[in-house]
Amino acid sequence: MLNYFIRRVLASIPTLLIVITIAFFMMRIAPGGPWDKERSLPPEIEANIMKAYDMDKPLVEQYFIYLGKILVGDFGPSYKFRDFSVTDLLMGGFPASLQIGGMAIFLAVIFGTLFGAMAALRKNSAADYSVMTMAMTGIAIPNFVMAPVLTLIFGVYLSWLPVAGWGDGSFQYKILPVLALALPQIAYIARLTRGSMIEVLHSNYIRTARAKGLRERLVLLRHALKGAMLPVVSYLGPATAAVITGSVVIETIFDIPGIGRYFIQGALNRDYPLVMGTVIFYGVLIIVLNLIVDMLYGLLDPKVRLHD
Amino acid sequence: MSFKSRTGKIFSALTLTLSLLGAPIAQADTTLRIGNQGEPASLDPHFLSGDWENRIAGDLFMGLTTEDPEGNAIPGAAESWTVSDDGLVYTFKIRDHKWSDGQPVTAQDFEYAMRRILLPETAAEYASLLYIIKNGEELNTGKAKPEDLGVHALDDKTLEITLKGPAPFLISMLTHYTAFPVPKHIVEKYGKDWTKKEHIATNGPYKLVEWLPNTHVKVTKNELFWDAANVKIDNVIFYPQEDAAALIKRMRAGEIDCIYKFPSGQIDWLRQNMPEETKIAPYLGTYYYPINTKRAPFTDKRIRQALSMAIDREIIMDKVLKTGELPAYSMVPPGTSNYKEPSYVTWKSMPMADRITKAKELMKEAGYGDDKHLKVQLRYNTDDNHKRIAIAVAQMWKKIGVETELFNSEVKVHYAELKQGNFEVARAGWVADYNDPQNFLFLLESTSKSLNYGNYDNPEYDKLMEDAYLESDLKKRAQIMGKAEAIAMEDAPIIPIYYYVSKNLVSTKIKGWKDAINDTHRTRWLSIEN
Amino acid sequence: MYSQKSKLAAMMPDAENTIEGRSLWQDARRRLFQNKAAVVSMAILAIIALMAIFAPFLSPHPLDEIYWDRIQAAPDYANAHWFGTDSSGRDLFIRVLYGARVSLMVGILATGVSLIIGVTYGAISGYFGGKVDNFMMRFVDIMYSLPFMFFVILLMVVFGRNIFLIFVALGAVEWLTMARIVRGQTLSIKRKEYVEAAHAGGVSNLKIIFRHIIPNVLGPVIVYVTLTVPQVILTESFLSFLGLGVQEPLTSWGVLISEGAKLMEMAPWMLIYPAIFLATTLFCFNFIGDGLRDALDPKDR
Repeated sequence: MLNYFIRRVLASIPTLLIVITIAFFMMRIAPGGPWDKERSLPPEIEANIMKAYDMDKPLVEQYFIYLGKILVGDFGPSYKFRDFSVTDLLMGGFPASLQIGGMAIFLAVIFGTLFGAMAALRKNSAADYSVMTMAMTGIAIPNFVMAPVLTLIFGVYLSWLPVAGWGDGSFQYKILPVLALALPQIAYIARLTRGSMIEVLHSNYIRTARAKGLRERLVLLRHALKGAMLPVVSYLGPATAAVITGSVVIETIFDIPGIGRYFIQGALNRDYPLVMGTVIFYGVLIIVLNLIVDMLYGLLDPKVRLHD
Repeated sequence: MSFKSRTGKIFSALTLTLSLLGAPIAQADTTLRIGNQGEPASLDPHFLSGDWENRIAGDLFMGLTTEDPEGNAIPGAAESWTVSDDGLVYTFKIRDHKWSDGQPVTAQDFEYAMRRILLPETAAEYASLLYIIKNGEELNTGKAKPEDLGVHALDDKTLEITLKGPAPFLISMLTHYTAFPVPKHIVEKYGKDWTKKEHIATNGPYKLVEWLPNTHVKVTKNELFWDAANVKIDNVIFYPQEDAAALIKRMRAGEIDCIYKFPSGQIDWLRQNMPEETKIAPYLGTYYYPINTKRAPFTDKRIRQALSMAIDREIIMDKVLKTGELPAYSMVPPGTSNYKEPSYVTWKSMPMADRITKAKELMKEAGYGDDKHLKVQLRYNTDDNHKRIAIAVAQMWKKIGVETELFNSEVKVHYAELKQGNFEVARAGWVADYNDPQNFLFLLESTSKSLNYGNYDNPEYDKLMEDAYLESDLKKRAQIMGKAEAIAMEDAPIIPIYYYVSKNLVSTKIKGWKDAINDTHRTRWLSIEN
Repeated sequence: MYSQKSKLAAMMPDAENTIEGRSLWQDARRRLFQNKAAVVSMAILAIIALMAIFAPFLSPHPLDEIYWDRIQAAPDYANAHWFGTDSSGRDLFIRVLYGARVSLMVGILATGVSLIIGVTYGAISGYFGGKVDNFMMRFVDIMYSLPFMFFVILLMVVFGRNIFLIFVALGAVEWLTMARIVRGQTLSIKRKEYVEAAHAGGVSNLKIIFRHIIPNVLGPVIVYVTLTVPQVILTESFLSFLGLGVQEPLTSWGVLISEGAKLMEMAPWMLIYPAIFLATTLFCFNFIGDGLRDALDPKDR
């Protein structure tokens, strides 16, 4: 196990390098540059700026300059937000995204598996149908509809909660964004749990376990849920990476100072260093989370062997 | 409390308890909360490029001249000035006032600032605005030394600015953030970190409290500001939120006091529900479609004219925009200073039906008709209004036998393609930096490489604009530029669609708000009544 | 028994196997059609699809006609604007139907692409395990990390603007999680006795993957497929924002819903009608998915 773990950590270095390389050139080849905007800059001004950011050098040379810089932990200045470095922006914003996203994922796992398991145990009952109808509704309503609806109801009509903003970071500001982020995830996880739970309930070992006379609840808990969690855990790896790095929609609607917006806006602004920063940040998260997921497989199903 | 609870019982009790720890104590201070719709790129006035940044920077810093409540230039950091007879040399007397750290504001600070923004190493986006100063362009392109720049501190309180040519708009232009002073003693000491809250010093009505990226910029009254006695609002918070629909909800919930630039899709609802808050006023800007004059068949003037004629601007104003924009028939908006009535297209008052007939004739002369449809690709950057206008225009062009393909792209791709001349007809807009016709008409000079998207190239036009730059008599200058505009309108390298309006939502609590032609509303003129 | 079908199939010579397979499929079809929810769902989907195909005959209004006196007008039966008009004054009913063409195509094709790539890739990776798995999963990690937006922009630069590109772009991204899920299931299934028996019996790897592994991961696969459909339909609206999706005057449900969301208080019909169509479609896919899962489940017989 430890051996495998170490091998995976080592493998992440070439993986990241490939990600950085492809992303760097993809981004630079794409049309549009950081200073293409409503007010195009006179060529002489653009030349000054290009020079200031080393962008007048050949692309390959820029790539190696960039690699050299990130080796010493310098992710460069943001082109768009000139008073901040990419590290400032990502490290400053991540706590907010992590809080909102972490809470949302936590809620999603708890309620998603609970609802999913309930629905599976009472398959085709009224409870099953109502849970699944709710779940499907949660999936069908995109967050750019859900979030404004929530703010309208709880913020404007009822005045229970602030419409948006982060204020002093107190709890009241987080309720709606967490809810808006968690609802579709609850729905996803409930659907997945129900699906695989039904599968597992039919399988051999549950029947055997039941036959052995263990109390059913224990059987379900220990075996069924454990077996049913496999696809959920697979899903959770990338889903967690996506949710804790924030959602641009949720963050702009609720004005949350997270990093979700940098993923889309960084790309839309062609803020090259910021794009690279987000790519590396996300890449590391994906690698780490998928590694955790792979480790979890072994716990959920002892037969799973990753290294042979 | 930072939020009110009217109906919430269990819920608000819960959140109340939870928020007790962090809740700010009610203060007697007045705070203006602005939905600013954009995260500032910087607080350094030399690195700004947007109006949302101008709102913050203009509360922190003050140039030689500044804006009155209606946006007109009035004395700011300079209390008076004199102009030489040829209109080339301005001598400013700097007001006796201090930076917020107690150091005096000197002529050297201005000299330093203007040299700094023009230094090529500074890589300031907006530096070209100061090219009107002698050796400004040369310094910015590395052909002159900082000492050669036509800005000199004669003594601590006297600043002399020498221009390249007469520029009657200089006084209005000096209100712009590119001409703001920076505190030399701090910038030299801290370098690029000088705008951090622990270092920065400002000479405007407010000073920085904190800037949390994507949360807010908070400023508080600068007691050392020379007119601090008349500044009524104690704190200003600028929220960067870009989602205008969410901002409107926040305003309804009482979380913010004013929103700049609301989306016009909401106008009917706003007129009905927030009529007193809705402020619409003329704004110095033109929304237009450049036509690629270098690409066949748009090289043919008749086709360009026909395309322009066939657009029923009144319908677009009444049915699509509905926010009081004026239909445009010229490049320069009416009401621009140092100008006469703009030179409109000749067919401005022709009835729509006649215009269609005329446009069809022109198309026929150019070789297009019912049997041979002209195909046009109309590009716009993704935005609801641009889209709706493009859809309407496509329908109108159909009437003269033009088939339109709509093509949207994100803003970066859109302007990258425009700059490379990779379009047929496209959407563009221009908002003036200073109140002068030259700031619109220079867009169509053949030498204006990056902004003359359609590559309009008429030597006669260029010559007239050249003459205008050298002319110091305001009346004659206006005549010359009027002539140039008339030529351009006849050549139709652009299709003017409408003149912009400013669209703001201002709480009824805010007093002192006036319509301003440049949509600049400095907080020092406002007050809050509860 | 856990999986009679698999075990049998493993022992049977090829010819008999296909016969067995065919009857299995017939059996599955029979059971699918016994599932009422699935049948009703298929009927509703068929109706929506037919409406989309015959849209021009169902409304007196053309797709791109602007009615200047009826801009953003509420549903109005007198003028045959059953769903009202949009903010450009065009009939919403016809736009929702035309939107169905794009959205159903995107939903089905992009999901299909992601299904085929994801399931095959995941099963191969999980089945072979070890170095192969390590290599294939690192490739998935790389794909996850690359900025999607530049990926599609470059696709467009290379291939030009093309609606089929949307499906490729979306399918090419959405398969990743599918592959992770299938691979996770495969890792567990390949240790089951019937797979090991087949392996010992000399059945080729490819055959094992397609006959034993994939049929047994279909449960979570079908669930995830029904979750992918709404995702791609809504992601399409982001592509349209970039200018890489549908172009006016054509439209899609994703675009209509995002337009409607901005005006939900002012013109609720602009949000509600396309949203109802989208939601109905998702429910249908969901019930069909559940029906398919039950019908194909080798254990349920």
